[in-house]
Amino acid sequence: MSTLYERLGGEAAVNAAVDIFYRHVLLDDRINYWFDGIDMDRQAAKQKAFMTMAFGGPHAYSGKDMRKAHEAMVAKGLNDTHFDAVAENLDKSLSELNVPRADIDEVLAIVESTRGDVLGRPAETV
Amino acid sequence: VARIHFGGNAYTVHEGSTVLEVLEREGHTVPSSCRSGVCQSCLVRATKGTPPAAAQAGLKDTLIAQGYFLACRAEPGEDLEIISAADSGLGTTATVAGVRPLSARVVEVALRPEPDFAYWPGQFVTLINPEGVARSYSLASVPAHDEHLLLQVAVLPGGVMSGWLTAPETLGTRVQVQGPHGNCFYVPGAPGQPLFLLGTGTGLAPLQAIARDALHQGHTGEIHLFHGALTEEGLYQVDELRAVEAAHGNFHYHPGVLRGPAPAGIHEGKIDEHALATVPSLAGHRVFLCGAPELVRPMQRKAFLAGASMQAIFADPFVPAAAPVTPESCA
Repeated sequence: MSTLYERLGGEAAVNAAVDIFYRHVLLDDRINYWFDGIDMDRQAAKQKAFMTMAFGGPHAYSGKDMRKAHEAMVAKGLNDTHFDAVAENLDKSLSELNVPRADIDEVLAIVESTRGDVLGRPAETV
Repeated sequence: VARIHFGGNAYTVHEGSTVLEVLEREGHTVPSSCRSGVCQSCLVRATKGTPPAAAQAGLKDTLIAQGYFLACRAEPGEDLEIISAADSGLGTTATVAGVRPLSARVVEVALRPEPDFAYWPGQFVTLINPEGVARSYSLASVPAHDEHLLLQVAVLPGGVMSGWLTAPETLGTRVQVQGPHGNCFYVPGAPGQPLFLLGTGTGLAPLQAIARDALHQGHTGEIHLFHGALTEEGLYQVDELRAVEAAHGNFHYHPGVLRGPAPAGIHEGKIDEHALATVPSLAGHRVFLCGAPELVRPMQRKAFLAGASMQAIFADPFVPAAAPVTPESCA
């Protein structure tokens, strides 16, 4: 049986989805200010890594990395609303790419599993 | 706290200090220019120990594998033995072969490289003069058309390198050349893909080289080149690029000035707005952005939002030189 990552189309699908997804994010006033002044080249690599993880593909993120990467943003008020908005943009992007609903739900479940780490919740409540 | 070994001495690098700062404080001359990890002037090599990954970001894999790293970005986590890039045999030399004015503010400097020097038009090199001053310049030449390496140098009042390069006695002098660096260049393989090139000031140097290289390689897609300057004085190479436009139906040259009056054929206003009004959708385009970081960085995002794929945007922000640490400033 193929994995989610293979079903979605592997790296080529990641590249296609990253552009659409990140464009939605930058146009979403609920969250785009978090990306003001960021380096697009570095951001491209980060978005690709994020999408690969969300697709269930090979990635090198640990929960601890997620925590550390978002620490500074949590201190500035990153919360569930922002997390939900990102997930919503991901849902919208994959729908536009005609990814089957069941696969989108699997992707969103993977993203959801990182919520506690991204928002810096104490480990025992995660 | 880590120690670095350099030229037979050992120095302690305290937290928050970089290898570059420590070497300078100890009186060593290390070539440097932007001091922010972009220009690669301060490249050094670790012959023992592993340099921090952050100091190798953006370097070619071949350089990383040999232990090269950027001294300005290196806060070492372990002891390192270091040699300079020049001592390590990296880089080559070139001879200053000619200088001609392109405008009141920009000169073209021709360098005669070693015969085996290979580059892609639009990449940049770091020049190190006999006094140890280092500056990065984009290559404005196209090997198929130009025998020499051509640089477009803005002559700045009090500019150390531009002053040296344009001094009559410099002609015939050898300079050290590191590079070529950078990934802002034309790659054949999609001859019909539209190209969008936008830059300010001497950002034109790599952009016109990329455009001429693409045309030379038989590019058939539309090529739009936007060049912005503050005033008309800042524009140069206008007649030459108009001649290229006349010779190639798919090449479009759009000069612009921020402040008028603008003569006929030259746009007045912000060049980025003009460019996006002229080419509103960048979907499917390859995008090249060079020049002032205040233009290039926001434009990367604008180009992306206008439809360009992130992987198809190549940017080369010209980060200005920053002053080195002097031994006297050591506490």
